[in-house]
Amino acid sequence: MNDTLKSDVPTESHKGAIARFLHATEIDTRLLGMLGALTLIWVGFHFYGVIFNNFGAFLTPRNLWNLSVQTSSIGIMATGMVLVIVTRNIDLSVGSMIGVIAMSMGLLQVEVLPQIVGIGHWSIWILAVIVGLIVGTLIGALHGWLIAYRGIPAFIVTLGGLMVWRGMSFLSAGGRTISPVDSTFALLGGGPYGAVGAAGSWVVGAIACFGVAYILYAGRKSRRKHDFRLRPMWAEYFLGVVGWVTIISAVMLVNSYPWPKGIVRQYGARIGQDLEGTFISHGFAIPVLILITVGICMTILVTRTRFGRYVFAIGGNPEAAALAGIDTKWVTMKVFALMGMLTAIAAVIASARLNSATNALGTLDELYVIAAAVIGGTSLAGGVGKIYGAILGALVMQSLQSGMVLIGFDSAIQRIVVGVVLVLAVYLDILYNKRVK
Amino acid sequence: MTNTGTPLVELKDISIAFGGIKAVDKVSVDLYPGEVVGLLGHNGAGKSTLIKCLSGAYKADAGEVFINGKKVTINNPRDARDQNIETIYQTLALADNLDAASNLFLGREIIGPGGFLDESRMEAETRKIMARLNPNFHKFDVPVSALSGGQRQSVAIARAVYFDAKILIMDEPTAALGPQETEMVAELIQELKNQGLGIFLIEHDIHNVMKLCDRASVMKNGLLVGTERVEDVTEDEILSMIILGKNPKNKL
Repeated sequence: MNDTLKSDVPTESHKGAIARFLHATEIDTRLLGMLGALTLIWVGFHFYGVIFNNFGAFLTPRNLWNLSVQTSSIGIMATGMVLVIVTRNIDLSVGSMIGVIAMSMGLLQVEVLPQIVGIGHWSIWILAVIVGLIVGTLIGALHGWLIAYRGIPAFIVTLGGLMVWRGMSFLSAGGRTISPVDSTFALLGGGPYGAVGAAGSWVVGAIACFGVAYILYAGRKSRRKHDFRLRPMWAEYFLGVVGWVTIISAVMLVNSYPWPKGIVRQYGARIGQDLEGTFISHGFAIPVLILITVGICMTILVTRTRFGRYVFAIGGNPEAAALAGIDTKWVTMKVFALMGMLTAIAAVIASARLNSATNALGTLDELYVIAAAVIGGTSLAGGVGKIYGAILGALVMQSLQSGMVLIGFDSAIQRIVVGVVLVLAVYLDILYNKRVK
Repeated sequence: MTNTGTPLVELKDISIAFGGIKAVDKVSVDLYPGEVVGLLGHNGAGKSTLIKCLSGAYKADAGEVFINGKKVTINNPRDARDQNIETIYQTLALADNLDAASNLFLGREIIGPGGFLDESRMEAETRKIMARLNPNFHKFDVPVSALSGGQRQSVAIARAVYFDAKILIMDEPTAALGPQETEMVAELIQELKNQGLGIFLIEHDIHNVMKLCDRASVMKNGLLVGTERVEDVTEDEILSMIILGKNPKNKL
């Protein structure tokens, strides 16, 4: 009896210092592993550049800022792919959906809406985004309906989708590229104007710091109320400090990347001032803020709502979920509709960043999205996955790619490396899980 | 003791077929408050299938279900839960990747302010009920896949007991348990019985049937062989009902 009672009370003496530290702070070891891998990639590319090219281009504000923008669209889709894979499904169609959604938004804002509301009207970008979200959600819902209610395997439905939607995006404009998009719409893709600037970034940083403090405080209060085990005070402070330092460093980083001279001159001419030589910070890019918002919303959805709970229950044991009265078909359909909506957000960013809609937009994205989710610890067997893992996974993939571009690897080698890393990451994960058990 | 008044549950002429095979063929059984009715029979006799029509996992092709004399329709597990019918499945029906509290409240989560899950309250409630059912249970923050068979069983039982069940269905609750845990389940059945619950117990072990049940209903090949008071029959007579499919009492 006494023995079993103790199992809840950590017997700390026989554990190592690291294990004690991890236990007290409740940090996920997988998170540490991913951060370690990321650090390794970043430092590795940087010093490769230093040694062989006499210039370390990776760990520069400019590259890291670009990296953050490039990660956004894949990262946003990866959060949805986590839910799809957790329910033991797959979505191969997201890349083609990007194409068809981007084309519909492009045609709408370039060829349809200007004739109705007038060229450059303020409502164009809003209507385009809303229509894009609706198209994406409907396509996703259609996939979900075929999978959940008609019993066609997700692999087949979305493989069909991969071909159908790519074909549709070609047909929608006969293969033309639609350009340029609405100027406000284009801001959603980042770029010097599509970023919130130094002051805006500090505001974002302050909100984030407040959020971290609140989460730690509210968590502790709730645990005390129910007499659960509390983290030691030093661990709470440690987490708070790490959070704050990360946030403040990120703000300082994005603020230390200045607008290019040409843009400064152009902007100065527009507002009628001579800004020659002025240092204007980019600050956080809008797509990155969208990614962060999506990440937070998805995390709340997954961990704090019935829907999220049911998604994981279905992944863990579909029969048990059904016997518990969960409408598993409806939940599955909603997961795919959500995936469609997130794909639409990604399509907005991708086409805004390119300032045009092309029928080939998003080609092969499905593979990067699935790889990001899997590298982030989502199990293809279902039931296991983390939102932050998928976003970090997307960051790892993008870091590899832009790192290789910076040091001058050609695209064939890039693909080989990304492919090898994917297999290796999953293998390491399997080894890790075996050791934990 | 004789059963008088309205039965808690009455299953009347329940039939269900799968691809032309009649898994359950016009079977009628009933259950009174404070009573344990054993359901016996070989594998494939149809007892689990019959009981799934009551728990909402299957929808009967024909037949009627009465709860407290009132006809009810049970189309899905939610309908069954609304009638205070709780089921402990042989497979336990736990989501292995979720912790004990998440499993206990699966489908009936406590929602806090803002429409979000009230995790802390669910865990606190889980701790309370587990303290009563299995005081040695302390693994509240790991997925149930990390638990032993007995611990998993107590999570499944806690789920059925927590929500004020009036009718409890237990499908071989002791099949995966050691002697000590089996004894624990036996005590629990006795306690729930005293509280006035009606329990359907699917059980293979004839000794457990004689010990725990008030009546036994025997099925074979989807048909009801007969229902007898346990005190009126011997173990051998029950065994022959199971094996031969004949009710020895009928000869009298």
